[in-house]
Amino acid sequence: MLDRVKLTLGRLGHNFIDGVWRVGAMTRFFVQVIAASGTSARRFRLVMREVYFTGVLSLIIIVVSGLFVGMVLGLQGFQTLQRYGAQESIGVLVALSLVRELGPVVAALLFASRAGSAITAEIGLMKATEQLTAMDMMAVSPMSRVIAPRFWAGVISMPVLAAIFSAMGIFGGYLVGVVLIGVDNGAFWSQMQAAVDFRYDVLNGVVKSFVFGIAVTVIATFEGFDAPPTAEGVSGATTRTVVSSALTILALDLVLTAFMLRGDA
Amino acid sequence: MSEAPLVEIDAVQFGYGRSLVLKGISMRIPRGKIVAIMGGSGCGKTTLLRLVSGQLKPTAGSVRLAGETVHELDREGLYRLRRRMSMLFQFGALFTDLSVYDNVAFPLREHTDLSEAMVRDLVLLKLEAVGLRGAHNLMPSELSGGMARRVALARAVVMDPMLVLYDEPFAGLDPISMSVVGSLIRRLNHALGATSILVTHDVVESMQIVDYLYFVADGRVVGEGTPDEIRASATPVVHQFVHGETDGPVPFHYPAPDYAADVGLADAAKEPVHA
Repeated sequence: MLDRVKLTLGRLGHNFIDGVWRVGAMTRFFVQVIAASGTSARRFRLVMREVYFTGVLSLIIIVVSGLFVGMVLGLQGFQTLQRYGAQESIGVLVALSLVRELGPVVAALLFASRAGSAITAEIGLMKATEQLTAMDMMAVSPMSRVIAPRFWAGVISMPVLAAIFSAMGIFGGYLVGVVLIGVDNGAFWSQMQAAVDFRYDVLNGVVKSFVFGIAVTVIATFEGFDAPPTAEGVSGATTRTVVSSALTILALDLVLTAFMLRGDA
Repeated sequence: MSEAPLVEIDAVQFGYGRSLVLKGISMRIPRGKIVAIMGGSGCGKTTLLRLVSGQLKPTAGSVRLAGETVHELDREGLYRLRRRMSMLFQFGALFTDLSVYDNVAFPLREHTDLSEAMVRDLVLLKLEAVGLRGAHNLMPSELSGGMARRVALARAVVMDPMLVLYDEPFAGLDPISMSVVGSLIRRLNHALGATSILVTHDVVESMQIVDYLYFVADGRVVGEGTPDEIRASATPVVHQFVHGETDGPVPFHYPAPDYAADVGLADAAKEPVHA
C-alpha cells in the first residue's frame, strides 16, 4: 500500500517537474523565435507563403463554422429574447457574443485543430527525415527559415480569421433573425451598431485573437521542433498541440476577459 | 606529404549518456582525398561525422577542420565553416515541399546574391553532372531512392565545398544506383578538388572509390590503410568484416542470459529422466 502511494506521488512529482520543464523550454523557444525573426522581416514572402498554408487554407472551416455558430446563436437568442419582447435585440446578442468571446475563442480552437496540428506534423516530419539537420548543415538556421515564418504567419492570420468568423457569424444571425424569422432589418443593424463599442468590444476581441495566435503558433512550432523523430513521436506531438492549445486558449480567455472587464468597470 | 591535413581528429571521446561510443579516436584526413570510415552498425561512424560537422561536441579530445577547432566555434563561426562544407544524408534529406530544381538552388539562394539566370545555369550544371537535368521539375516524392540520393549529391556540391561528408551513401540502393553514386562521388571529388569522408559499411563499393580507410570497432580505430592494405589485414575484426564472415570476434548474438534458463528449460534439464 505504502509502495503504491510512493509510486503515485513519484509519478505526480515527475509529471509536475516535466510540465514545468516544458513550460520553461517553450518560453526559451519563444525568445529564440523572436530573436530569429530578422529573416522573416527581410524576406516577408516567406511569411506570406505560410499565411497561405495556415490562414487561407483555414478559411473554409472558419467561414462555415462561423456561419453555423451565428445561425444557432440567432435561433437560441430569438427563443429567449421573445419571452421578454426584446427579439429585435437579437443583432446585439449575436454581435456581442461573437465579437467579445465566440469569435476569438472558437476561431482559435479551430485554428489550433486545423493549422496548429498541420504545423506540428510538418515540422516534426522535417525533423524525422533530417531536413532540419540538412538545413542547419547548409548554414541556414531552421529557426529563422522554418520556425519564425510559421510563427509570424500564425500571429498575422489569427486576428483576420477571428474577424472573418465573427463577420460570418453575424451574417448567420442575420439570415436566421431577419430573413427566416422576420425581425426588423433596421432594428437588427441599428441596435447592433449602437450597442457594440469599438474600443471595448471589437478591439478587445482583436487583442484576444492576437494573444491566442501567439499561444497556438508557439505551442505548434515548439511541439514539432521538440518531437522525437519517429512516427509515434510526431503523432504524440500533434495530439499535444491540439490539447495544449485548447486548454491554453480557454485559460488565457479567462485571464484576458477578467482584465478587460476590470478595465471596463 | 608536407601539406597539413584538412581534418584532424585527435584522441576524441564521445558518449551518449553514460555509454562511451568513441574511446579516444584519432584520424588524419588529407586534402583532396576520399577517406572511408568503416565499421559495424552502432560503432560510432555517424557520430564521428556529426563531430566533424560540429553537430556534436566531443567530451574529450579535439576535431580540427581547416585549422579551426570545431567545438570551440560559436554559431557564427560554425556557420562560416559549414558554408565551405556539405553533407549527404543517408536518405537524401531533400526538402519535400520543394522541387528538385528548388532543392539544388536552395543553398545558392540562401547564401549568394546571384541572379536567377545564374542560379538556373548552376543548378542545371550540377543536375547534368548527376544525370538528372531532365528531372528538375519533379518533386522529391516522385523520385526513386537512387535518384533522390543523386539530387541530394547535386545539392551537396552546388556551392563547390572544400569538404563533403557522406553518411551511408550506398544504403538501400540497387547495384546500378550504387555504382552510379560511387562513380559520381569519385568524379565530383576530383572535379571540385574537394576532400570527402565516407561513412559506410559497404565494403565492395567503397573499396573501389576511396584512397584510404579507417576501420572503427568498439569505439577505437582498429585498422587503417589503403584498400589493398585493408583487404590483406590480419586484424581479426577487420578480416571478418571485409570478408563478411559470420564467425569471428564480432558475435552473432547480442549479450543475453542463458537460453535454456530464458525459455524455462533449465530446471527441466536438471531433473532425472524416469523410465
